[in-house]
Amino acid sequence: MAETIAAPVSNPVSERSPPAGRKQVDSALLNNRLVQVGAGIILILTLLAIAAPTLTRIGVLHEPIHQDTNGLDADGMPRPPSAHYLLGTDNLGRDVLSRVVYGARVSLTIGTAAMLTATLIGVTVGLVAGFYGGKLDLGLMRFTDMNLSLPAILLAIAFAGLMDGKVVHLHPAWLHWSFLDIRLQRGMVSVFLIIGFVCWPGMVRVIRGQVLSIRERDFVQAARALGASDARLISRHILPNVLPTVIVLAAMNTANTIMLEAGLGYLGIGVPPPAPTWGGMIADGQPYFIAAPLIVIAPGLAIVITVLAFNLLGQGLQEALDPKHHP
Amino acid sequence: MSLLDVQNLKVYFPVSRGPLRRAREHLKAVDEVSLSIEPGETLGLVGESGCGKTTLGRAILRLVQPTAGRILFEGEDLSRINGAALRARRRKLQIIFQDPYSSLNPRMRVGHIIGEALDIHRLAPDRAARQKRIRELLAAVGLEAAHADRYPHEFSGGQRQRIGIARALAVEPKLIVCDEPVSALDVSVQAQVVNLLRDLRQQRGIAYLFIAHDLAVVEHISHRVAVMYLGRIVELAGAKTLVREPMHPYTQALISAVPVIDPDAKRRRIVLPGDVPSPVHPPPGCPFHPRCPLAEDRCRTEAPAWRQVRPGHWAACHLAEIANRKS
Repeated sequence: MAETIAAPVSNPVSERSPPAGRKQVDSALLNNRLVQVGAGIILILTLLAIAAPTLTRIGVLHEPIHQDTNGLDADGMPRPPSAHYLLGTDNLGRDVLSRVVYGARVSLTIGTAAMLTATLIGVTVGLVAGFYGGKLDLGLMRFTDMNLSLPAILLAIAFAGLMDGKVVHLHPAWLHWSFLDIRLQRGMVSVFLIIGFVCWPGMVRVIRGQVLSIRERDFVQAARALGASDARLISRHILPNVLPTVIVLAAMNTANTIMLEAGLGYLGIGVPPPAPTWGGMIADGQPYFIAAPLIVIAPGLAIVITVLAFNLLGQGLQEALDPKHHP
Repeated sequence: MSLLDVQNLKVYFPVSRGPLRRAREHLKAVDEVSLSIEPGETLGLVGESGCGKTTLGRAILRLVQPTAGRILFEGEDLSRINGAALRARRRKLQIIFQDPYSSLNPRMRVGHIIGEALDIHRLAPDRAARQKRIRELLAAVGLEAAHADRYPHEFSGGQRQRIGIARALAVEPKLIVCDEPVSALDVSVQAQVVNLLRDLRQQRGIAYLFIAHDLAVVEHISHRVAVMYLGRIVELAGAKTLVREPMHPYTQALISAVPVIDPDAKRRRIVLPGDVPSPVHPPPGCPFHPRCPLAEDRCRTEAPAWRQVRPGHWAACHLAEIANRKS
């Protein structure tokens, strides 16, 4: 029997290397039509949002907050579309197009910041629950399920209700550390935090599932056998391998956070007026829908296009990053 | 003193019937196993799928938590230490896995995979020393220095197995658990990897626990061979002795199943009736009795003792002497 396996000691040349790799993934990303369209729309929206103040300064756009002296007609009604006001004016005589473009600044900023907040919480909880398992996993997952069972918008409304201008002292009363006084008020920061805090549970299940399968792979066991600490195992071996999933989820989640931001704005508990928000514009324009439908339709279309773009990007990323999709 | 002395090791997995109920039954993956390995020695471990050989190997490395028993490594009980002390000890014991595709982190370059071991135990004082050591290790397993900058997917199965071996060698272990290191490879590549392991043993005096289900490979590389059935070791002897004069009826059946190249060879193929019993409910008495051609009443009630039938030849069978004469 021993004679049957006599062969030259080491001859790596005879073992061929299959070609595959990182470049393939890169090109799959760039060639994916969904990624191209989604990322393209997002890029245009972002550039417009960044350029908005400059466009106002050079006179392409109007001032979004202050009323134009000429913005209402003699009867005090919004003006229809014209060369001066491309999409007409709203009930306070402000240029609708300018407000939609400035609204992108609010929506994209809050949407992205809320997505980052939700991703940070979701990935952390998912990693810890999946990696450590046992009772910790059980507890964290039941807490996640509890959050999932509450509609996100209701939870967000409840949180927004807390933002009534009260001041919370994060320090003992006898210390006068005013920098630790947190004022609960509605604004960009509180809105993105609220949305972030209600959007994370959706990510946890998927991330945890991935961690559970990666944790048992041999390379993790090998690193453990080498003496790697838990922190090293999680940060060097598990996190990099769930990252593609995290990216896909983050893109899709941004569509959700932007919708929630619009929803809160529509209900009047988003970023307070006079800041231009798409949701708020729809709410304000509703009474004038028959006379000036563009006040509602323009921000509505903006929401649809933005959400669609992030969904397309997410789906495209999923296709491009999942090896099963390209054999 | 033996390098490794495993005493009465048990690994039981609870069979859970829901998250809130206490497990009443246990899967006895490893049951009362004792074995020892001398410095520089190779102990082969054979047995069919599911007999517990992989679990035994991983329990020795504490990748699986043992239920009871002692794992004395250089006189120190590894089953009693935890945390940083265990991580420091892990330098001395390493593992090579069966599946060369899941044993390397797909998102790390080969140099980093091998270098991680050096980082964890601070074996390289500076960057240059680290690079030099990685080059040495790659050369030791028959790979080129340039391979350090590539990703695992750029290599073939045999090359990946060599990378896994280099990673294990990086910490200069005294014992390597080889968990079916060649089962997933082509026959020609198998021989290269087995011969590489044999050469490394000669150069560095490393001891192996060589787990496999292929008796031919095990006989080729091992000094002694242990046979496992249903979580227990049923026979242990020198490699040549075990193959030529097996004493346990199970070993005899196993050896009769090894294919022989000579078509005219007269061989008596022992076909065992039935299937392997469930390790949750192992049969009373000798666990092999329901399938044993020689079983008598005593085997059904009384568990056979682990005894030295001849010098250096151990077996757990009431009828070892009779079985040996029959073969």
